[in-house]
Amino acid sequence: MGNNTTLLLGAVAYDPKVVTIWDGFQRYFARHDLAFDYILYSNYERQVESHFAGHIHIAWNSPLAWLQSERIAGDLGRRAEAICMRDTDRDLTSVIFVRSSARIRNIDDLKGKRVAVGANDSPQATLIPLSCFANLGLNPGKDFEVLSFDKLVGKHGDHIGGEREAARALLRGEADAACCVDGNHLLFTQEGTLTAGSTSVIAHTSAYDHCNFTTLDGAPPEQVHRFRELLLGMSYSDSEVRPLLDLEGLKQWQPGRTEGYAALDAALHRFGTVDDFVKSVVAHCK
Amino acid sequence: MQVDLGSLGFDEGGHLLIKRALRSVSVGEEIGVTGSTSELESHLRAWCRSEGHAFRSLPGGAKHYHAAVTRGSAESARWVGSQRAGRPGISQLDAVAEHAPRTWGLAARGARVEAGSPEFGFTIVDKIEVWSADAARIYAQAASAQWDPQTAVPWNAEFHLPEEVEDAVVQVMTYLIENETAALIIPSRFIAQLHPHFREVMQVLAIQAADEARHIEVFTRRALLKRQELGLSTGGGQASLKTLVDEPDFAIASFLLSVLGEGTFLSLLRFIEHCAPDPVTGAVTRLAAQDEARHVAFGLAHLREHIHSDPAVCSRLANGVRRRHDLLRHTAGLNSEVFDALLLIAAGSWEHSRLREGHERVIELTRDMDEGRQERLRRLGFNEREAVELSSLHTRNFM
Repeated sequence: MGNNTTLLLGAVAYDPKVVTIWDGFQRYFARHDLAFDYILYSNYERQVESHFAGHIHIAWNSPLAWLQSERIAGDLGRRAEAICMRDTDRDLTSVIFVRSSARIRNIDDLKGKRVAVGANDSPQATLIPLSCFANLGLNPGKDFEVLSFDKLVGKHGDHIGGEREAARALLRGEADAACCVDGNHLLFTQEGTLTAGSTSVIAHTSAYDHCNFTTLDGAPPEQVHRFRELLLGMSYSDSEVRPLLDLEGLKQWQPGRTEGYAALDAALHRFGTVDDFVKSVVAHCK
Repeated sequence: MQVDLGSLGFDEGGHLLIKRALRSVSVGEEIGVTGSTSELESHLRAWCRSEGHAFRSLPGGAKHYHAAVTRGSAESARWVGSQRAGRPGISQLDAVAEHAPRTWGLAARGARVEAGSPEFGFTIVDKIEVWSADAARIYAQAASAQWDPQTAVPWNAEFHLPEEVEDAVVQVMTYLIENETAALIIPSRFIAQLHPHFREVMQVLAIQAADEARHIEVFTRRALLKRQELGLSTGGGQASLKTLVDEPDFAIASFLLSVLGEGTFLSLLRFIEHCAPDPVTGAVTRLAAQDEARHVAFGLAHLREHIHSDPAVCSRLANGVRRRHDLLRHTAGLNSEVFDALLLIAAGSWEHSRLREGHERVIELTRDMDEGRQERLRRLGFNEREAVELSSLHTRNFM
């Protein structure tokens, strides 16, 4: 791949605004002499497969897609790298909350009860919180019933719908607790899905990280370097890029880091969520 | 700096206290936050992340949560390169920009506008085109002079006119409605093209359109007071009005409509009021004339300032009149039904002497209209010869 290679990025179209975002970045990169294009996928699994098939150079990955890529790369003797992430991808927590009127004070009180979660493949609304329950001695499906709201499986919980449905199920009394990312709990109270004081947070997970730009060995180094350099150089005070940063939900791009995926990694080990997918991609690549 | 939210939820307004505290420290400085609600840690963490402030939990007591928040730079970074969109009061220095940037958009005049705001498609963006120092005063006067069509007109007054005189009133009202509709559409169209930075002008045009809406209402009600149907609308009349509606240039449209058209209409309305055969006709034309006088005043005011700044605009205005005259040369102009109806209203009966008298009054009206137009043209700065010529070229349809 020479200097003229157009850098190709893969992203999942979890919302129509994704087109606006990447069209905007494409114009920005073009103004800074980086030939850039993007391919949209309907789900992360297709994107990860495509990445290993060499169709794209960089994947804008969910944390689950990152761990899928890292495992596949490990099994194939390749190297996956998280090169960049948003400031808002760092140090998220998920909350487990109940109706304030309920006599539930801690996780133990949920034994034998129903817990509403988001999509099956949502790190923040399902996998990490359920793993948190298990760490505290309550096994999902065994010690309590799990009520899933599978909105747009394959999007790894990027779509907010599953978390909102879980919160509504709690309010309707169909569930005794619900799980969502901290920011969405705040959003639900601000938008009125949850009225102030109607719910109480009884536990939250430890901090974890969310999306990152993933590259595999063999990606064109100069273009990848330039891409990362341009992202890290974006300033919120620049009116040209601020609308893009606002749309993508960040104030500053940060270097990638991988220590924030430990909680999700542990959840995947516990539940075996991605094992079959990883095996199938590895088999296909061999 | 320490903020204790106590039992106040972050989502119950607690965030305002934290924002206020952060505004009191510099970027990079830290504030302490304490509180006792179960959601505080999650909400504060999520909010800090989305706002670009650094956050860390501190060891706290069993009942009280403690955190430290370091002010980030995003809030101040957003306003780098921002601009004040002029000043709100027109007496302030540099209140109204000579050229209003389209990126100021809908921002209130005097607001601070974020850099990179979207560009709006306003086409009238230059002060010289529209501005008048009198706009604020004319708007205030218009706002205080609004009348209620229901109560300002003696709708229940008892009167009975001869059949043909009533028909004549209906025909004149039909003609007035058509003309007032043009006078509503034209300012309305320019409001959408005008940069809102010229707020007082926008308000004058808006209230002008609202005036015409009331005129249309009261003329319609008068026409239907004793009749089920309205009168006639001719192709020639509409052709004349269409040249006004189609005029894309604000200065020319304003000149043709307000200075020449509505100015001429002032004479017409006062004539009808003076000859009114019934109290309702008298009231609706009197009320409409009050408003039309303001429309003429604004047209004169901003065009006078425009001509003062750019005398060359006079030839553009004059050519507008000539072009319109050429376009209408082969049309009928004022329909004979309107002319006849005015004559009959002025006469009030079929007696020969009264008809002769009515005819003289209508001829006097057209002379009065012509003199009024010439006077306004002279006030704008046209010389005697130009005033006579341009007035004579004005549409025979009056508006």
